[in-house]
Amino acid sequence: MGRYVLRRLLQLIPVFLGTTFIIYTLVWAIPVDPFAGKCGQRPCPPAYVAAMRAKFNLDDNLFVQYVKYLGRLFTGDFGQTFSGTDVSTLIANAYPITVRLAVVALVIEALVGMTAGVLTGLRKNGFADNLVLVATLMLISLPVFVTGYILRGLFGTPRGTSFVDLIVPGIVLGSLSMAYVSRLTRTSIAENRRADFVRTAIAKGLPTSRVVGVHLLRNSVIPVITFLGTDLGALMGGAIVTEGVFNIRGIGGLVFTNIQQQQGVVVTGVVTLLVLVYLVMSLVVDLLYAVLDPRIRYE
Amino acid sequence: MSDPTVAAGEPMLEPGADLGRDDSGRRQDRPRSLGGDAWHELRRKPTFVVSMVIILIVVLMAAFPWLWTHVDPNAADLSRVRQGPSGQAWFGYDVQGSDVFARVIYGTRASLLVGVLSTVGAVVIGGIVGILAGYHGRLTDSVLSRFADIFAGMPFVLGAIVILMTFNAPGSNPGEVRIVTQVVLSIAVLSWPVAMRIMRAATLVAKQQDYVKAARGLGAGPLRIIVRHLLPNTVAPVLVYATISLGANIGAEATLSYLGIGLRPPVVSWGVMISDAKDYFTVAPHMLLFPAAFVSITVLAFVMLGDAVRDAFDPKSR
Amino acid sequence: MSTVYDGESGEFVPPQEIAAAQDESLLQVLGLQVEFRTRDGVAKVLNGVSYHVNAGETLAVLGESGSGKSVTAQAIMGILDTPPAFVTGGSVTFKGEELLTASAERRRMVRGEGIAMIFQDALSALNPVFTVGFQIAEQLRLRRGMGKAQARAAAIELLEQVRIPHAAGRFGDYPHQFSGGMRQRVMIAMALALDPEVLIADEPTTALDVTVQAQIMDLLAEIQRERAMGLVLITHDLGVVAEVADRIAVMYAGRIVESGGAREIYRRPGHPYTVALLESLPRLDLKGQQLNTIKGLPPSLTDIPPGCPFHPRCRLAQDICRRQVPEPVPLDAARSSACHFTGELMDRV
Repeated sequence: MGRYVLRRLLQLIPVFLGTTFIIYTLVWAIPVDPFAGKCGQRPCPPAYVAAMRAKFNLDDNLFVQYVKYLGRLFTGDFGQTFSGTDVSTLIANAYPITVRLAVVALVIEALVGMTAGVLTGLRKNGFADNLVLVATLMLISLPVFVTGYILRGLFGTPRGTSFVDLIVPGIVLGSLSMAYVSRLTRTSIAENRRADFVRTAIAKGLPTSRVVGVHLLRNSVIPVITFLGTDLGALMGGAIVTEGVFNIRGIGGLVFTNIQQQQGVVVTGVVTLLVLVYLVMSLVVDLLYAVLDPRIRYE
Repeated sequence: MSDPTVAAGEPMLEPGADLGRDDSGRRQDRPRSLGGDAWHELRRKPTFVVSMVIILIVVLMAAFPWLWTHVDPNAADLSRVRQGPSGQAWFGYDVQGSDVFARVIYGTRASLLVGVLSTVGAVVIGGIVGILAGYHGRLTDSVLSRFADIFAGMPFVLGAIVILMTFNAPGSNPGEVRIVTQVVLSIAVLSWPVAMRIMRAATLVAKQQDYVKAARGLGAGPLRIIVRHLLPNTVAPVLVYATISLGANIGAEATLSYLGIGLRPPVVSWGVMISDAKDYFTVAPHMLLFPAAFVSITVLAFVMLGDAVRDAFDPKSR
Repeated sequence: MSTVYDGESGEFVPPQEIAAAQDESLLQVLGLQVEFRTRDGVAKVLNGVSYHVNAGETLAVLGESGSGKSVTAQAIMGILDTPPAFVTGGSVTFKGEELLTASAERRRMVRGEGIAMIFQDALSALNPVFTVGFQIAEQLRLRRGMGKAQARAAAIELLEQVRIPHAAGRFGDYPHQFSGGMRQRVMIAMALALDPEVLIADEPTTALDVTVQAQIMDLLAEIQRERAMGLVLITHDLGVVAEVADRIAVMYAGRIVESGGAREIYRRPGHPYTVALLESLPRLDLKGQQLNTIKGLPPSLTDIPPGCPFHPRCRLAQDICRRQVPEPVPLDAARSSACHFTGELMDRV
């Protein structure tokens, strides 16, 4: 197990470097002058531009810039914007809100999706099954901003950023995954309910609640939980639309405004963080798999 | 004679009377292939028929928009700005005073084009990389899989924002062809790893089949094995993915346009219309809801089609 | 769940024989009919199966795959997958109590405690994500109300009874960590947990290596003797049957074609199908000769031929076999055969 974790960690390093390098290149290789319009109506004074270029290592070649940036990143320094604000402060203000939103969405999609999936998986082709099938198709085909506008029209924008305030945006953010979770659970339950071990459990004289609740469910949630694990990262990255619709000041808005203002350092910081979350979650999911399914052995 | 449907109508001949005819008659008894079985299964499914009809209509709208409306989608009349639906204009007028129905019809082409091209791009890149990784295994597999991970690790919307904003600084006005190409490439570049993983997994399974081992034992070259033996067995799951992803990509176009970084005027697309409409949602919801409904129905059709095809190819689900 | 026989379908028609046959067998199946309703048609899987087993007795149910042996067992247990399977007639009584019309809860109480079952493939029949100890102790805790430690001790004792080495140490192992033979022993221990009066073993050795098969059969025979259980042994292995069975029921196309004492049937089979089965057994004393096989395939259950279902493959088939279904004819107190030519067949031998 320990060796497996080590090997997976080693595999993550080139992926992390590759992703962040591409993002860095994209952000900093912008063909236009990043200082245009930064100093009011007039062009920026040459001394200011020179100082800024030195500060962001813009005169080095791109690869050297990237390595220097990464070096600072490892000391926890996300850098500063052109106006001197610490990027880490910006992220520290915005990130917890997005995390909270993503967690709310994850909890909602897990609860609703799995419940619907279990009920429909047990009674395939019944009324509830068809109802949920239509509902999931609707959720999958409605663009997130449409669901967002409809729910915003019904419930208004949230007053704060507490967990309760974020329930409605959380439903919007998690709606697509909710459909996936319910379909995944349904397939998994329907596949397993005819499994030999379920038949054995019945033949042992166990009550139906225990056959379903313990023997069937425990086997069927394995793929669902791994999906939920990888989805947490995706929810954070995808929160931007929901945050826009509901006027929530999370990292989505942060990235959006800063790209428009050519604040590359903020964009790279946020995206790097998200990539890190994604990679760590994918490792966690792999390990979780081994815990959930004893047949999996990591040599 | 080679057409079994013709042979079915012929009277049964004495055995051996005509070898050629006898042979074509026997075709009837042959069990259907997996593909034929799937097709037989599909035709009986209402979801398949409904989704095919919707897709056909959408394709006709994209190819021949003038069949559906005589109104010029770009004709603007400021006197009727944001008017709601009426007998004159079924879907009302937009913020420029253009007919929303006509714009929805004319917007089909760009939306569908982006969906199709980005899916083709993702499937071609992902398919080739996936089959190579699965076939060669070992170091090639590791390198290609890590390479795919690099792109899979990028958050989709944020990644697309960074790419599109980099190539089109805010305020710039890229040409029609250029922006369509950029949106297509962004979606393809960010979504190909999924196709790659599906193809790789299918190849790993197919590679273990005895007939593939036999072909290799008989000295067939890699190209022949991949094309003749692996592809026919791996193409079904990738096609199912492609169908569903085509719908998702039409939705992605709308989302990117909604964020103001996708297609933009003078291109007309459902996403562009939604982007134009979003600031007026409370006063003129029809401007957003009609194009959004077209996006949803089209996505729905492709998802349903993908579901139906997958079920038909998966005997377990019956 | 799908398991419960229900009167919901309203198509349950008990045959008249039930009233007639009320003797005191431990487990009695009478005229059992089961059909599978699929999209491609209705398959009549069981067409009036009758057999019984007494305490301390081993009944071997013989037949090719698809003859309905396992379906009968699942109908007795009430674990048929419904749909597609529906019980459409007949009776199953356990100690005189009708099971098919009993409440779901009552049937559940009979499972495990009255009648227990072991399955062919222990690897798929055991839940892969729970330890074997948990799976055995589970029944003891739920059905016997034992505490955790008590159930654990009892489970280990069961594992020792089926002779699993280092039973205490293997309590926490998962099914995939056992060898095939050991896994089947776990399965047997689980079936014995509630001390059942009847044990149904559905091809318990088919999935095992030949050397292990004998060990498992010996274990089953020994446990059956010690506990004086009724054992229903479903198998297609005639060698196994000769060693352990007291009585035999031969099944073909969802019917019992011949039943009786094991020794008598081996000596003087009364049905052409039994004859063919016995002839298809390899024998050392006939080394070098062509092995007799049964020509043709068992009939498709959606399309059972009229008359005797075996007639297309039967050497003795006459016109009457194509027209009329032979009823089981009692040959003596304990034997019966369903063939128009039983008399001729037995005289010839």
